[in-house]
Amino acid sequence: MGMNATQLIKMANQIGAFFASQPDPQQAREDFAQHLKRQWDPQMRSALCTHLDATEGEGLSAFVLEAMQAHREQLEPLARPA
Amino acid sequence: MALFRELDYGTPARTGAPVTVEIDGTPITVPAGTSVMRAAQEAGISVPKLCASDSLEPFGSCRLCTVEIEGRRGYPASCTTPVEAGMKVRTQSPKLAELRRGTMELYISDHPLDCLTCSANGNCELQDMAGVVGLREVRYDPVKTHLAETKDESNPYFTFDPAKCIVCNRCVRACEEVQGTFALTISGRGFDSQVSAGQNEDFLDSECVSCGACVQACPTATLMEKTLIEQGQAERSVTTTCAYCGVGCSFKAEIKGNEVVRMVPNKNGHANHGHACVKGRFAWGYATHPDRIAAPMIRESIHDAWRTVSWDEAIAYTAKRFKDIQAQYGRDSVGGLTSSRCTNEEAYLVQKLVRAAFGNNNVDTCARVCHSPTGYGLKVTLGESAGTQDFDSVLAADVVLVIGANPTDGHPVFGSQLKRRLREGAKLIVADPRGIDLVRSPHVKAEHHLQLRPGSNVALLNSLAHVIVTEGLVDEAFVAERCEAEAFEQWRGFVADPRHSPEAMEELTGVPAASVRAAARLYATGGNAAIYYGLGVTEHSQGSSTVMAIANLAMATGNIGRAGVGVNPLRGQNNVQGSCDMGSFPHELPGYRHVSDPQARAQFEQSWGVSLLDEPGLRIPNMLAAAHAGTFKGIYIQGEDPAQSDPDTQHVTDALKAMECVVVQDLFLNETAKFAHVFLPGASFLEKNGTFTNAERRISPVRKVMPALAGKEDWEVTVALSNALGYPMNYTHPSQIMDEIASLTPTFTGVSYAKLDRLGSIQWPCNDAAPEGTPIMHEDAFVRGKGRFMVTEFIPTEERTSRKRPLILTTGRILSQYNVGAQTRRTANGAWHAEDRLEIHPVDAEDRGINDGDWVSINSRAGETAMRATITERVQPGIVYTTFHHPESGANVITTDNSDWATNCPEYKVTAVQISKVEAPSQWQNEFQAFTHEQLDLLPQIKVVQL
Repeated sequence: MGMNATQLIKMANQIGAFFASQPDPQQAREDFAQHLKRQWDPQMRSALCTHLDATEGEGLSAFVLEAMQAHREQLEPLARPA
Repeated sequence: MALFRELDYGTPARTGAPVTVEIDGTPITVPAGTSVMRAAQEAGISVPKLCASDSLEPFGSCRLCTVEIEGRRGYPASCTTPVEAGMKVRTQSPKLAELRRGTMELYISDHPLDCLTCSANGNCELQDMAGVVGLREVRYDPVKTHLAETKDESNPYFTFDPAKCIVCNRCVRACEEVQGTFALTISGRGFDSQVSAGQNEDFLDSECVSCGACVQACPTATLMEKTLIEQGQAERSVTTTCAYCGVGCSFKAEIKGNEVVRMVPNKNGHANHGHACVKGRFAWGYATHPDRIAAPMIRESIHDAWRTVSWDEAIAYTAKRFKDIQAQYGRDSVGGLTSSRCTNEEAYLVQKLVRAAFGNNNVDTCARVCHSPTGYGLKVTLGESAGTQDFDSVLAADVVLVIGANPTDGHPVFGSQLKRRLREGAKLIVADPRGIDLVRSPHVKAEHHLQLRPGSNVALLNSLAHVIVTEGLVDEAFVAERCEAEAFEQWRGFVADPRHSPEAMEELTGVPAASVRAAARLYATGGNAAIYYGLGVTEHSQGSSTVMAIANLAMATGNIGRAGVGVNPLRGQNNVQGSCDMGSFPHELPGYRHVSDPQARAQFEQSWGVSLLDEPGLRIPNMLAAAHAGTFKGIYIQGEDPAQSDPDTQHVTDALKAMECVVVQDLFLNETAKFAHVFLPGASFLEKNGTFTNAERRISPVRKVMPALAGKEDWEVTVALSNALGYPMNYTHPSQIMDEIASLTPTFTGVSYAKLDRLGSIQWPCNDAAPEGTPIMHEDAFVRGKGRFMVTEFIPTEERTSRKRPLILTTGRILSQYNVGAQTRRTANGAWHAEDRLEIHPVDAEDRGINDGDWVSINSRAGETAMRATITERVQPGIVYTTFHHPESGANVITTDNSDWATNCPEYKVTAVQISKVEAPSQWQNEFQAFTHEQLDLLPQIKVVQL
């Protein structure tokens, strides 16, 4: 994926900031993951996951880290035909 | 083919109880309040008239429409006399004929008798009436006349010839009643009475906004379009839809051969009711501007000369480039942009090409950079990505909250309608960092101007909500019946927190708490309350949160689901709503159905005969970022200009340079086309068939007025490209495309060209439940079922002022120019706005030694440009403002990569800058000039085919 990690981290943290303010923390984490799944190109999600794995989530907010760890399976790209 | 001349009933229609009268022996039943003149016309009887028009309230000055009424003395004016039950009227008698001839004789005694050479010849009401009343002689030989008065030709589009004026007041009344500008008046008394613009100024120098309502209202050649003076009367007319803003005015294009003589707003247009603005009515000359490129062009590199080629060669070349790129870099290495300036059918085809022929979901549209947060925020809260009302709804509003919008500039015809309602007594709240015209203009004054700091929308809306919740102003019954209870209670608790009180927020928003409290009370308790908003809401890092906060306010006060209320996004371009409806976003198929929805996808797969991806594709900023990284290599851009319109210009142009195949389909060599490898000439709205969908979800027909300059309408080009890419498209007319859209999109099921022809326009949803469309949404239930309140925490933008950059730049638009200016800059509208300027408060200017008109540098963390300063108190201290209509201004060189958290809509409205006086353009501007010269030199010598 072409986007650099800095951009993805910034975007993820912005999204995380919105969902972190929602009343139900558990639901908010799931909604965060759903937002990325429904709005982000899978390559962007994959690149963010790669960043998470490579750096233990450097630069990501605590909420984003928790949400990604809790709902990692939603962020992985679906298998697709070549 | 439209009716060339429309019947004028003399006075407006009324809506009272039925009343039956007898006119010339013919009984006619009309609503109470109807004038005798109108009742007569409805009975098929024309009463002579000059000062009356059914677009204006009756005035009774010309004395030509006198009638006799049984049992009454004298000869009352039929235009100002309302019908009464049992009234018996005579419109013709020897005495009436004598009176009318006498009146006409007086008029003609001070009117030039140059009918044969007059521009109104063949379309002059004075001439017609002279014939109708049988005027045969003029006995007077006045010693004093107006015949030597000087003609005012200052306005680029129309002339004012006082020698031909009969002082009927129609122009003055049109300026007041229809447009609401009050620029015209009758100055002087008696013989000296004359129409005057402003304080006896030229039209161009006056407050006149050139809407043309006066020209349209004029019964003689006093106010006349210059095009008509030059070309003569038209031969036929075609009803079509304006291609400028999101109001979507209906027009009758009056034509002679293949040339437009003038554009006349359609009296039966449901969005505009016969009104127009300076752009729609007059600024259409770009369609035949010499800069139009009329043949396809290709080149290997952006530093090569363009080579003019045939359509076949251009299409084959383009398809091969895209195929080669996908073969080398993968399926996802290409994408496309649909256009909010093109038709629904064209947007639909481009997204179809991307999904079916490219085989990915890398499609986006310029709504990304304007109203994408509207789609997101309204879908989450109300269940549908669109405004809730029709424009006419404002006529039932008692309170109007305008936030982040400037309707009199951006959506002028709606602005006039709004001002009319305000003059009738509706209250206005304006939330805007600038003093827009609506805050105070003739006969309009906002009750409250909440002059907030850019970037504090959510804080302000939360504090408005705080007042509503803590002062017991919630419509509890509405909320209990219509909204999700748990989400409401969470929201109620959230906004009730004292940290959201106006007092707590005052320092942050800059708005006095007392004003916020008063505005909240007015909105919640003032009757029908409607919210209108624009890009000042969406183009922020919290754009989507702001849209949700607006929906929260409307739901909490029960101001949704009926006339006079609602949530109304004022869409920027003519077909922003439509391009979004047509599946232009990378995550949504037409009708806003997510690509992961298996049922929706199966429908399209079956219809299109391909497998579709179930994951979102790249948005515009993602495509640009991927291009920087070397993984995105080709793009098909129809009718958009991201190199000028998108933020952080250098980032955009570097991304375009990094691509191997940039294909631009446009009218002109726009800024993006300077980085293109293929140029496919586009067709203007006058050269194509299709539909546009305006801000009120109104689908309106676009009908071909003249042949496509380059031989193809835009949809035909997409069809050819798709076929060359190996995915067959076999449409022969856009109506077939609409039929396909209707078959696949639940909200369009009942839409067809035949129905559009019958109804004139249709507001979606249009289906079995609403066969003729839906003016007002969410009447009985929200589209999502229960309305969903969302907690909208204020999260400040990361763009902060500092000692180095202490001012906030915010951007917007102006009445006479449109978006990137590619169209309006190629018209005479430059008379009003020849350059972008920086508005700066006198205090900030003085601190920097800046005088009005000085060149100033604007420096942000993204870049630097220079423009001239205008010193004005319209902006607050600490805030500067500019427009982005001229590419050399480089307004978007300064704007940053910040964007809305949910949709990546750029944060155009908040950029930290420093301003300083300079003597020379910025480095970027020098480079821009050099690159522009290089690119113009690379154009073929003969590029234009004159119509």
